[in-house]
Amino acid sequence: MIARLVIVIASVFISVTAWAEPLKIGFLTTLSTKAGYLGEDIRDGFMLAVEQNNGQLGGVDVEVIVKDDERKPEKGIEVADKFVKKDSVTLMTGIVFSNVAMAVVPKMVNQGVIYISPNAGPSKLAGELCHKNYFNVAWQNDNLHEATGQHVNAAGYKSAYILAPNYPAGKDALAGFKRFYQGEIAGEVYTKLGQSDYSAELAALRAAEPESVFFFLPGGMGINFVKQYSQAGLNESIPLFGPAFSFDERILGAVGDAAVGVMNGSQWSHDLDNETNNQFVEAFKAKYERTPTLYASQGYDAANLIASALAATGGDVTNQDAFIAALEKAEFDSVRGNFKFGSNHHPIQDIYIREVIKDGDKVTNKLAGKVFENHQDAYAGDCSL
Amino acid sequence: MILFIEQLFNGLQLGVTLFLLASGLTLVFGIMGLINLSHGSLYMVGAYVTATVTNHTGNFFLGICAALVCAAILGVIIEMTIMRRLYHRDHLYQVLATFGLILFFNESVRIIWGSQPLFIDIPQSLNFTVNLFGQGGYPAYRIAIIVLGIVILLALFVLIFYSKIGMLTRAGSSNREMAQALGININRLYTGIFAFGAVLSALAGGLAGPIYAVEIGMGESVLILAFVVIVIGGIGSIKGSFIAALLIGIVDTLGRAYLPAFFKTFMSASDGAVVGGSLASIAIYLLMAVILVVKPQGLSSKL
Amino acid sequence: MTRLNRQSLIIGLTFLVLAVLPPLLSAIDQSYYVSIASKILIYALVGISLDLIIGQAGLVSFGHAAFFGMGGYVCGVLSHHSANDLLVFSVFTGTNNALISWPLAVLVCMVLGIIIGVISLRTTGVYFIMITLALAQMVYFLIISIPQYGGEDGLSLWTRNKLPGLNLQDDTQFYYICLAWVIIYLLIAHKLIYSSLGLMIKGAKLNHQRLIALGHPPFKAQLMIFVLSAMGSGLAGALMVNLTQYVSPDYLHWSLSGKFLVIVILGGIGFLFGGLYGALILLGLEEILSSYTDHWHFILGIALVIIVLTSKSGLYASLVGRKAT
Repeated sequence: MIARLVIVIASVFISVTAWAEPLKIGFLTTLSTKAGYLGEDIRDGFMLAVEQNNGQLGGVDVEVIVKDDERKPEKGIEVADKFVKKDSVTLMTGIVFSNVAMAVVPKMVNQGVIYISPNAGPSKLAGELCHKNYFNVAWQNDNLHEATGQHVNAAGYKSAYILAPNYPAGKDALAGFKRFYQGEIAGEVYTKLGQSDYSAELAALRAAEPESVFFFLPGGMGINFVKQYSQAGLNESIPLFGPAFSFDERILGAVGDAAVGVMNGSQWSHDLDNETNNQFVEAFKAKYERTPTLYASQGYDAANLIASALAATGGDVTNQDAFIAALEKAEFDSVRGNFKFGSNHHPIQDIYIREVIKDGDKVTNKLAGKVFENHQDAYAGDCSL
Repeated sequence: MILFIEQLFNGLQLGVTLFLLASGLTLVFGIMGLINLSHGSLYMVGAYVTATVTNHTGNFFLGICAALVCAAILGVIIEMTIMRRLYHRDHLYQVLATFGLILFFNESVRIIWGSQPLFIDIPQSLNFTVNLFGQGGYPAYRIAIIVLGIVILLALFVLIFYSKIGMLTRAGSSNREMAQALGININRLYTGIFAFGAVLSALAGGLAGPIYAVEIGMGESVLILAFVVIVIGGIGSIKGSFIAALLIGIVDTLGRAYLPAFFKTFMSASDGAVVGGSLASIAIYLLMAVILVVKPQGLSSKL
Repeated sequence: MTRLNRQSLIIGLTFLVLAVLPPLLSAIDQSYYVSIASKILIYALVGISLDLIIGQAGLVSFGHAAFFGMGGYVCGVLSHHSANDLLVFSVFTGTNNALISWPLAVLVCMVLGIIIGVISLRTTGVYFIMITLALAQMVYFLIISIPQYGGEDGLSLWTRNKLPGLNLQDDTQFYYICLAWVIIYLLIAHKLIYSSLGLMIKGAKLNHQRLIALGHPPFKAQLMIFVLSAMGSGLAGALMVNLTQYVSPDYLHWSLSGKFLVIVILGGIGFLFGGLYGALILLGLEEILSSYTDHWHFILGIALVIIVLTSKSGLYASLVGRKAT
């Protein structure tokens, strides 16, 4: 009985060994749940780069193992564990959300895995918990809020009413905004996570008569807020500002005209004019029949960063110090143009402000100006690297 | 003061939206004794169908109609294939089966529509603001929802207390066997009620579409609120759930509007915002716990 | 085969497999699955403790994630303080010692269980389901708004707790600890069910009024079993946090309470062992389905509906050939 059981279990679990061993990259991302489109875009951007190089990165055959974390840290840890213990993965990327990253990344880098973040950039990983094996190719979480704050400040608005959900990323967002905004804070509001109705907040906001409004409400919360803001007629009297997260090309499709005129801070835009970017946007549109989001651009950059390091080391990831040194140089053509790493392995890059416009039938982003040149995050000083 | 009245009005509107969702739930629960967790899935399907049809035809009302027809058909199918076998089972098995349905519906929507949220706008005819409080615009669409909610409440009352179907329903609910013995086709009646509940849910979803994000899982968070409403109101009571929905809507709205300001009077602005915000999040659960401790059967126990 | 023999055989076989699982897995070079097995045991512990109140007392708690998460947070917070040399309430130092952390986690859950129990037991039936949900939601929002402990981001643990003489960092040793706790909890629960207290609880489930009329208001007994159940779930939470070396408000979320209910129902209500089998099918199905398709929720959803429609009382009941109580 038990012998038979062993055979059954063994035949189910033993995997077929491949002939030539390509380099395995563990791609842990959020594909299910309503936030699934974020992971989808990062994956699609990443895979586009792999495809453009015929299944190789930096001349090395790669096998990208894509797994869903269901946006749950617990699930993320489980999948990452499986990558390491079962698939012997030494290179990982893909995580969308900071809470998943905070659970998975410290554990993985301590085990010697190299992790390239294509999105989440929680402050702790940029500061006190920074690690030689951890790179963030997107941004530190506060960056886009800082840029928006700087823009609102420079544009001369004397007061700002600011909102975010009541959780760490929300508090970081408002702190990031305030770091560069010098005017008066007319109101600081923390809403419930996952809230759908904002009529109470909007009524209070109108009564406070601010000159500008800044909000950070990721995902569906942002869609709700922007729609309701416009329905209350507020978009005609008080200008709205936010980070790019609530104004990516796919969310704009769901928000529609309500978002037109909103200024948002972003490190990238599909109309950013440089050769790599033009080529990327064309190729992405041709393959997936939609305009890429900033997430897709980050996935694409992550793949090309890895490719540059693989090319420099001849595909040898076993010599980690050489591989990390190659990553640090960031010798790849970023879709953002200027790109380099700071001492804490987070980007030093230009950050822009975009305006949501209506282009024919389509609501989309248009580059409106540069806010920061070679901007670095506020936590690099806390990092001992 | 004017701001306070406006906030009350906001609470009223939230309450009415909740009532639309809760009314179908409480009917099915009260009459058939069925806990239907997938009620929220029909809300989601209603929103998705409304958005799709509206975007294709450009007519919001056509979209709503399509959603209602769709929900009615889905309701009949679900009742005849699954729910019918669950009426005599323990509540727990109903929970398990309808939990399975939630997973099924969420994933089906993802397969059909993708995981990207859908767009749907307020119909042009209602896309203006009314200067109700002298402070600026109140969206006409929200006023329309309040009016519609009250119309539906009245219609439900007439339907339940003054129509033949309502009479049969009440008979079936108080004594199923006896009603059957008297020649009422209980099976068909139950199918009808379930489909009707589904239609109410889809209507709530379709109406919510232009205000809220149309996205996967949008039904679950409101489902919890709807359950809070029907439990506070007393299970099966339309009147109770209307009162409870308004109560929840107003407590939630006022909590969000005033608690942070209250805490800011004796705390730093940031801390006050955080503490007040947290307390506002739990206000409705606190309300429910208090009501159930004082009145363990909810506010009203009559239909 | 008589029913009793069949039952003993199945229980015996189950524990035999559980006992030899880690060496078995390492023999076929699949040691990775040891930590999955530990996870299943931890969920089983919650399932068993939840079944204690559902199956024996007829009280359906939709808020057990509150205890699970609270147990986890006690461990997480103590370990966080110990790793960062911070004082708890500016009095105690943190600790990483399982001999302190785990009992404290259970103790805190006992207190929380008493509070929630005293309030909730005023109601019955569906109202009990909803009030436990409401109170658990309050705990959830409370924890999420404490920024010191990471809010929604949660807390990462640097290492698992230390248990003298053992190395919990080792997956196999940790697995046996989990198994030991499942067995100990089963024994305690079994003893309780067949005590006079257990009889009174069953009596209250069958006829609450009569018991009161007989001069035995069952409130105290029900509270005791509720608290015991809360303690079991809290212990499971502490183990879970050690397994994943991470704690977050996800462990307190109502959807997890729902998952616990699903486990109990799948396994079979009123058997205690049901929790073990329920955890095995649910987590097993998840593991297998998710390795084949992204859209595994779709299949799992259909599977759950079919299971309800075809089986009357859960897997364990079908195995031993009994109906649910």
